Amino acid sequence: MEASKVIHAIYNDDDVLMAAVKKVKAERFHIEEIYTPFPVHGLDKAMGLAPTRIAIASFMYGCVGLAVAVLMMDFIMIEDWPQNIGGKPSFSYLENMPAFVPIMFELTVFFAAHLMVITFYLRSRMWPFKKAENPDPRTTDDHFLMEISIHGNEKELHDLLSQTGAVEINVVDNTH
Amino acid sequence: MYTISNRLRLTAIVLMLVGALGVGYGFISSNKTLEEVKTMLAEGDAHGGHAQASHAEETHKMETEAHVVADDAEHSDNAHDTNTHGATEAVHHGDAHAEHVMHAMHNRPWSAFYIAAFFFFMISLGVLAFYAIQYASQAGWSPLLLRVMEGITAYVLPGGLIVLLIAALSNFIGHYNIFVWMDPEVVAHDKLIQGKTGWLNVSGFIIRGLIFIAGWSLYRYFARKFSLAQDKAEDNKNFKKTFRISAAFLVFFIYTESIMSWDWIMSVDPHWFSTLFGWYVLAGMLVCGITVIALITIYLKSKGLLPKVNDSHLHDLAKFMFGFSIFWTYLWFSQFMLIWYSNIPEEVTYFVTRIEDYKLPFFGMVVMNFIFPFLILMNSDYKRVPWFVVMAGIVILAGHYVDVFNMIMPATVGDQWYIGIPEICSMLFFIGLFIFIVFTALTKAPLEPTRNPFIKESEHFHY
Repeated sequence: MEASKVIHAIYNDDDVLMAAVKKVKAERFHIEEIYTPFPVHGLDKAMGLAPTRIAIASFMYGCVGLAVAVLMMDFIMIEDWPQNIGGKPSFSYLENMPAFVPIMFELTVFFAAHLMVITFYLRSRMWPFKKAENPDPRTTDDHFLMEISIHGNEKELHDLLSQTGAVEINVVDNTH
Repeated sequence: MYTISNRLRLTAIVLMLVGALGVGYGFISSNKTLEEVKTMLAEGDAHGGHAQASHAEETHKMETEAHVVADDAEHSDNAHDTNTHGATEAVHHGDAHAEHVMHAMHNRPWSAFYIAAFFFFMISLGVLAFYAIQYASQAGWSPLLLRVMEGITAYVLPGGLIVLLIAALSNFIGHYNIFVWMDPEVVAHDKLIQGKTGWLNVSGFIIRGLIFIAGWSLYRYFARKFSLAQDKAEDNKNFKKTFRISAAFLVFFIYTESIMSWDWIMSVDPHWFSTLFGWYVLAGMLVCGITVIALITIYLKSKGLLPKVNDSHLHDLAKFMFGFSIFWTYLWFSQFMLIWYSNIPEEVTYFVTRIEDYKLPFFGMVVMNFIFPFLILMNSDYKRVPWFVVMAGIVILAGHYVDVFNMIMPATVGDQWYIGIPEICSMLFFIGLFIFIVFTALTKAPLEPTRNPFIKESEHFHY
């Protein structure tokens, strides 16, 4: 990576941050990352982030779960050993389907929920012994931090960010 | 102020006229004597070559099976069979069959008219409950839609009275064509109904019905009055009054709705009972009501009459349609599966008759009421597209018509059902009446409440 330096602009209000993001975007600078202590409504739209596709993934996982439930019970209850259990018809899957619906439902939800959560962890790189990537511990409490990489335009960026109401502007060597 | 367009009023009137003609035709053409039915049945047997003959044989076999089931499960056959059995015990089996078919034919236009009347009444009652929920929960998104809801609930009073009137007339001028327990001849031969006469008697039925309709209409009257007064008020006193009566109404409603569903729907099968029936009817009611709110909102918005309603409001309505469709399916399945699983003869005949004689409507409505809206309305973007919501809404409404059809018809006409002129024209008549009353009510007040405490929030509602 060529950009070895980044600039950190720190804000202490989410409204100021939103205005700053819009201004920086309007000046056509690329925002590397924004660290906030809580979800800021509309920040993703202001940054121009692509919408998440996790709901689509979840729908497909749900379909997998439904298929697993149907195939499993068709094999166990109908194909492998079609016993007469309390007079329930085990001649075909459809005939005994109502009895399987609770399991079909639960497995659909189970797959959709758990695989979606795991997908989320994988995509956002979260796991138990992961080293925290936080540039400034105050961003987990009450400060907001915008990170922009510097391509020899340090002065220009510094001026722009100081106009946006940043309470602190640091230039950091990006060594990590 | 909204003014009803001449074209819409004319459409409503034409629908009512065509519907009334069809309903009249239905009553006249179904009025067959026993002799005519006998010749019809004989002709049906004589006609047709080999294929039809074998088909007839098959049907006959199935019928025999059904009768065996009926004999095994004491008193479990549907009620109108009891009617014919009781009246003609000594008569030849052929006569009994013809008489059974004749009764079913006589019942058909009554049931078709009753189903359509109930369907539109249940839409407006569902909207009334939803409206009360909006006030009681102090919803911030919906005040822009409150006037649309008030317009739809204008149908509660006339619609409820019509349903009750049809039920009463089937006793006083008809031959107990909808509710078999109204027939003293049947009750005399039926120990099970005799045990229920403390509840199932005509005067009690009418008195209860009138109390329910009075309660609902009173809430509607005062909520509307306070809502209009709030527009001109200086403070929020009227809003608080509506909040209070809405909470009280919801308590009243949940009791009366359950009892209404036993009286007006479940009692067509007086031998059968189900505990969650009231909620099941309620779920259908709410999903239809919300769908109609969405459809009318989209219509008025397309005319430019609701400029502040945005696609987030539509999105919320579509979410409710989606959610309540699933809720309806949950209750439908819970009722079906519990009875199917335990398979107790006195309960299960309800579903036996429906699956044998009504296979397509019975399972088709699950596709229309669940699978179609589930897949169409799952996507967040689709819920904001008006024509998607309209398409889903039309299928949901048709599906819930079939749902009411499935609740009434098997008990009254049995296997003699068909969706023909009496059914379609009854629907046309009530569509016309519904449009006429609802859109006339919409002209009575500005479409956007001005001084509702949540109106600003609603105008800026954004999902």
